[in-house]
Amino acid sequence: MGMMEGRWEEGFVTTTLENAINWARQGSLWPMTFGLACCAIEMMATGASRYDIDRFGAGAFRATPRQADLMIVAGTVNFKMADRVRRLYNQMPEPKFVIAMGACTCGGGPYYKYGYNVVKGVDLVVPVDVYVPGCPPRPEALLEGLMRIQDKVRGMKDLTKGQPIQLPVPKRSGAVMLPDELADPAKSLEFQVQNKERAKPAKA
Amino acid sequence: MAPADIVALLDERFGPAVTGKKLEGCDPWVAVDPARLVEVCTFLRDDPRLRFDLLNCISGVDYLETDAKKVPKAGFEPHLEVVYHLSSFTHRHRFVLKLILPRWKDGVAGQLPEVPTVSHVWPAADWHERETYDLVGVRFTGHPDLRRILLAEDWEGHPLRKDYEFPLEYHGIRCR
Repeated sequence: MGMMEGRWEEGFVTTTLENAINWARQGSLWPMTFGLACCAIEMMATGASRYDIDRFGAGAFRATPRQADLMIVAGTVNFKMADRVRRLYNQMPEPKFVIAMGACTCGGGPYYKYGYNVVKGVDLVVPVDVYVPGCPPRPEALLEGLMRIQDKVRGMKDLTKGQPIQLPVPKRSGAVMLPDELADPAKSLEFQVQNKERAKPAKA
Repeated sequence: MAPADIVALLDERFGPAVTGKKLEGCDPWVAVDPARLVEVCTFLRDDPRLRFDLLNCISGVDYLETDAKKVPKAGFEPHLEVVYHLSSFTHRHRFVLKLILPRWKDGVAGQLPEVPTVSHVWPAADWHERETYDLVGVRFTGHPDLRRILLAEDWEGHPLRKDYEFPLEYHGIRCR
């Protein structure tokens, strides 16, 4: 804050217009009511009170693409539906985001090899921002995907175009942390040797 | 009525039209000549001893071994079957009717084999026939509205045929 500190009354915040817009935008991502298969059940659970997607401002499921910012493609996309998915995506106003929810939308899932009518990943139809794997993903996973979208929104630079785009750094990463004895290469080697010792059959 | 009695009735009424039968197993069946299908079906539905008032389903089965090594052991010639599962609420019995068809009409690849429709005998047959046409490729002559029911209207080929090949692209979307 430096020179700005203490110059205004309490509760007065200074920020850039861009940050303010992004803050507003990430807190009111309106998804489209759009479920294709079993993942939609999980999406409904995310919207219901136990997981409550409304906490992130993304609970206003709109029944029309014209009012939606976020498309959660929840479920198997087949070729007959793919045209409609693309059409709905085209009808959404900018800026728009897509979450591919579930194994089928990420890459065909169980229908990858013998599914004659299933699109092998919805990214062949519309550009996807976040992939949420799982069959179907838990509501927590979908919320995590939503947070990644919010990170992406926070990194947007609408007003200062022409500048290099900063890739958003995930603030709340879901990365799995290795336990202490595995994180360090030397320690992990030692741990492996110990494990092998332990796994040896006991001498008769 | 036991399956053997039903077969005997059909034999007596449509002697030469019955082209095959099997009485053992859980689903005893009779194969009939496709040309006389409507006649047989009307008889099965209207005869007071049979009263098959419910058509459970119509299935299409493609008998084809695509692996050349396994052909001698396959135990069948390449052909297509259309299977009608029938049951009766009145008499609480069930029966299976089969049609045995060539894979292509007159042996010309691409010409779908033809079967007369039974959608005026059992209205349930309407959508079942559309599905069979869609996925297995059997043309039901006289059907009121024979369009694809599951796949897109401009889809090519019939995917549940054993020699079906996936398209490379559909409406600009890569398929495989």
